[in-house]
Amino acid sequence: MNCEEANVLMHALLDGELDAGHARAVEEHIAGCKACAVAMRDFRAMREAITSIPLGFTAPSSLRVAVESKLPAPRQGLLRRELLAGFGIGSVATALAASGVFMVAMRADDQQRILGEAVSAHMRSLQGNHLIDVQSSDQHTVKPWFNGKLDVAPPVADLTAEGFTLIGGRLDYIDSVPVAAIVYRRRIHVINLFVSPVPGTARATPVTAALHGFNCRRWRQNGLGLCAVSDINADELAEFGQKIEVALRT
Amino acid sequence: MTDGKGEVLDEELARRFRQLALPHLDDVYTLARYLMSNAADADDAVQECYLRAFRHFSGYRGPAIKPWLFAILRNVCYAAHSKNSGLVFTDATSTGSDDAVPVWREAEETPEGAAVRRHDAGTMRRMIQDLPPEFREVIVLREIEDLPYRDIANVVGVPIGTVMSRLARGRAMLRRAWTAAEAKDDGR
Repeated sequence: MNCEEANVLMHALLDGELDAGHARAVEEHIAGCKACAVAMRDFRAMREAITSIPLGFTAPSSLRVAVESKLPAPRQGLLRRELLAGFGIGSVATALAASGVFMVAMRADDQQRILGEAVSAHMRSLQGNHLIDVQSSDQHTVKPWFNGKLDVAPPVADLTAEGFTLIGGRLDYIDSVPVAAIVYRRRIHVINLFVSPVPGTARATPVTAALHGFNCRRWRQNGLGLCAVSDINADELAEFGQKIEVALRT
Repeated sequence: MTDGKGEVLDEELARRFRQLALPHLDDVYTLARYLMSNAADADDAVQECYLRAFRHFSGYRGPAIKPWLFAILRNVCYAAHSKNSGLVFTDATSTGSDDAVPVWREAEETPEGAAVRRHDAGTMRRMIQDLPPEFREVIVLREIEDLPYRDIANVVGVPIGTVMSRLARGRAMLRRAWTAAEAKDDGR
């Protein structure tokens, strides 16, 4: 590989977009070429600098209002009706479930609904200024904040070294039940980890799903129901979930 | 035909559109701010983008909404540019400026001093905004919007190989501006 090729491919290497064979070839070239090694070092430092500072812009609220006002208005009271309708269906399903007939169907339906609520809660958290109630990168600040607010002590792990930065916590609601939302950041992406108490201590292996362009990973552990939601890719979210699982075991 | 059915469908469509597209408003606005020269034009472009997106939303089957919105915004921005100033932007069919900047000669000229230092957000934004548009957009899509190469290729409408070479050239230009800004800092 010559310098010209290396100077294009090193960027794909930095961005994690290079297959193993090409990655090795670029690394070999860089190991033997001082100029390319310096370039690679600079590009890496530049990249770190760029991603460490938020260079994005926040849309002014006047723009948000203008955009919304041009869409057909939702009918008044629609949300409330939908909620009640959902509740009605839930009760019927619960009643039927008591006979044991619809148990399986109801579970699948319930799972889907709760997943939808988790994704909605995630999206809500990204709008306006309600991402975090307690802002801290210190797990010993975030964890006690939930004392008295929830009947569960949510696990708050410091995963900064692994590339997931704790930025705070928030009280949220899923399925009309208050839950803890622990908020992490991966580069510029937000991860909401929703935690709520569940009956029993049985472990449930992680289930992953994608909804509205967001990835979700749900599992049960130590009497807790956990659900991570983010727009990072499924692999990274799996990595995040595994790290939380490990942190919970210790 | 006023049976109200169409109205309900529109409402359902609008509800889905709000839920899917509005959470990305900041991201779309960010791209607009980097593609347009001032905040007011960016504002207009974003409004036009969401209008167009909603108009086409019933036919939307795409896998991810964000790149789809970006592609629409990009079209809006470039149309506004060519209307306002007669400025023609490089696209997939013109390769001239892609070849104008050598990427790899840079490396030989750079001293082996300490790694590049950090700049404040304002300086970094300005350096990115000063890049020629075809390099600026891939840099913004990659570094700030964090899109994978495949999505960038779809937004810009070029092959992935072109995304790679533009990123390389864009970053080489950025590196030059970066070290120049450092020299200026030192001269103070």
